[in-house]
Amino acid sequence: MAKKVDFMMGNHAVAEGALYAGCKFFGGYPITPSTEVAERMAERLPKVGGRFIQMEDEIAAMASVVGASLAGSKSLTATSGPGFSLKQENLGYACLTEIPVVVVDVMRGGPSTGMPTGPSQSDIMQAKWGTHGDHPIIAVTPASVQEQFDETVRAFNLSEKYRCPVVVLTDAIIGQMMESLTIPEKGGMEIVDREMPTCKPEEFLPYDMSKDVNPLPPFGKGYRFHVTGLHYDETGFPTNDPVLHTKNTKRIIEKLEKNYDDIVQVDEFMTDDAEVLVFAIGVSARSAKHAVLEARNNGIKAGLMRPLTIWPFPEKHLEKILSKNNIKGIVVPEMNLGQMTLEVDKVARGRCKVEGLYSLMVDPILPADILEKIRRFA
Amino acid sequence: MAYNYSKYLRNEKLPHIWCPGCTYGIALKSMIRAIDGLGWEKDDIVVTSGIGCVSRMPGYMDFNTLHTTHGRSIAFATGVKLANPELKVIALGGDGDMTAIGGNHFIHVCRRNIDMTVFVFNNNIYGMTGAQYSPTTPRGSWAATAPYGMPESNFDITELAIGSGASFVARTTSYHTPHCEKMVKEALQHKGLSVVEIISACPTGFGRKNKFKTPTSMLVDMKERAVNIQKAAKMSDEEMEGKYKIGVLHKEERPEHVETYDSVVGFQKGV
Repeated sequence: MAKKVDFMMGNHAVAEGALYAGCKFFGGYPITPSTEVAERMAERLPKVGGRFIQMEDEIAAMASVVGASLAGSKSLTATSGPGFSLKQENLGYACLTEIPVVVVDVMRGGPSTGMPTGPSQSDIMQAKWGTHGDHPIIAVTPASVQEQFDETVRAFNLSEKYRCPVVVLTDAIIGQMMESLTIPEKGGMEIVDREMPTCKPEEFLPYDMSKDVNPLPPFGKGYRFHVTGLHYDETGFPTNDPVLHTKNTKRIIEKLEKNYDDIVQVDEFMTDDAEVLVFAIGVSARSAKHAVLEARNNGIKAGLMRPLTIWPFPEKHLEKILSKNNIKGIVVPEMNLGQMTLEVDKVARGRCKVEGLYSLMVDPILPADILEKIRRFA
Repeated sequence: MAYNYSKYLRNEKLPHIWCPGCTYGIALKSMIRAIDGLGWEKDDIVVTSGIGCVSRMPGYMDFNTLHTTHGRSIAFATGVKLANPELKVIALGGDGDMTAIGGNHFIHVCRRNIDMTVFVFNNNIYGMTGAQYSPTTPRGSWAATAPYGMPESNFDITELAIGSGASFVARTTSYHTPHCEKMVKEALQHKGLSVVEIISACPTGFGRKNKFKTPTSMLVDMKERAVNIQKAAKMSDEEMEGKYKIGVLHKEERPEHVETYDSVVGFQKGV
């Protein structure tokens, strides 16, 4: 398969991944350190038959991508912590109404305006619980420029396949760094498009509750339907029926749970015989890999579990290693004060020690610090 | 002329939820008559709304309809239009929806001059949440959150639209139904961003506590206070005191956003 190799910035790689996946609309609002995604899309989109708009705020940007998706375009927006907070309103709308959209969140230090140019991993919980109500969400976590591209393509595919918003949860270091990137020729990577209805328009049910995922025809193609942010029945119209509301909320969440194996991807490094596990995403996982190698050089059976999907949480993967290996402890390095550690601890249920290694120090967590934690468990 | 309104309605969703005396139904009929008069295909029309009483309107209309979050009708509509400019896009909302929480989207869509139509149903109150004041509640009027009378100054929606760059701005009322239909139709035909303020009555929320004894008295108020723009031109400021102009208040030819975007950036269709 022919391919193109480039030297590229992580944020630009996200834009290229989106275009490769067939993205035709970007609605955004500038925010450090994500803005290069918007800048690249502004330049590239019209050349591939797509349109860009810089909206008046983050709320509008998120609304515009949902609107564009309903009109048939694969749509992207990009932001960082404070902007992601503003997007939560209409992200929730997309979750409930099952509109495929991709949101890139290049994490920076928070809360509030926080550290605009300082990397962080503190939106892990915001990605999952930022919007109100019980809802489905998928979040992918690239750790290199190549993965910025690959995971963005995967984000679009998952979004279209499951009619669910997908967050590309990256950070200021991965977004701003430059590395080599291989872009496959068209056809080199699978591209998923949303399912179209085959029934007659008058028979079309946008929210058939007996199905996990329903077809989504674009506005203007003869399937006139109603979309509302209120709880709805199978025809898409508002209902106050709590039984239906319960059933539907479960349906949209369970559609992800049922497809765990398709959605949740985890990169495992030296985990086969691991007795000490490091669980890390993004930039922290890069340091963690060095620490694991160093530990192995010192005769410690360490391994790295690096989720490429953080939501749904890779419970099954963790469960498998906990039941198979004699895990003495899990180290969770993260650039926050313990968001992911809580989730790991929940899965471990006291079977082994789980210790977080937290940092708000802007610089990445050092391999030496992770190694020190590994040693304590060895 | 007997109109076949039901052709454009989701009849199974009726009766509507609006209170007795609410004039949204009248305005809805004017919109249907205008759309019917233009001969537009139902499949080509997208109607978006935000939150509030009028925001339930798209549910009754048999088009592609999108009931969004509070104030965001225009922002969703912008995405729809940019993704598929061939769609005829209508964004609607009430006074609170469009000028308070959605105020930012309202002024910016006017500035961009995107080819869509914005209908603002102005009944001077937040009806659905129980009669709290909006940016158009007249000073001194009663509202649930203005128990001593509205203490703030208010927006003139049409002036806000003109000042923000809308290329077509009109005002009408739900009393003047043929006029309402005419304004709606002209706005829909206009290329660029068109805004129509439709003066509406909320007898339950606004009327009851503001000396309008019956819903009809609110319609009478529209009849007495609305002055056609041609007639208003001949009237002195004193004569216009307490009255408002209805008609096309502003119209200009200005480059439409999507066309401009496509030509400026070298948009390549069908790639």
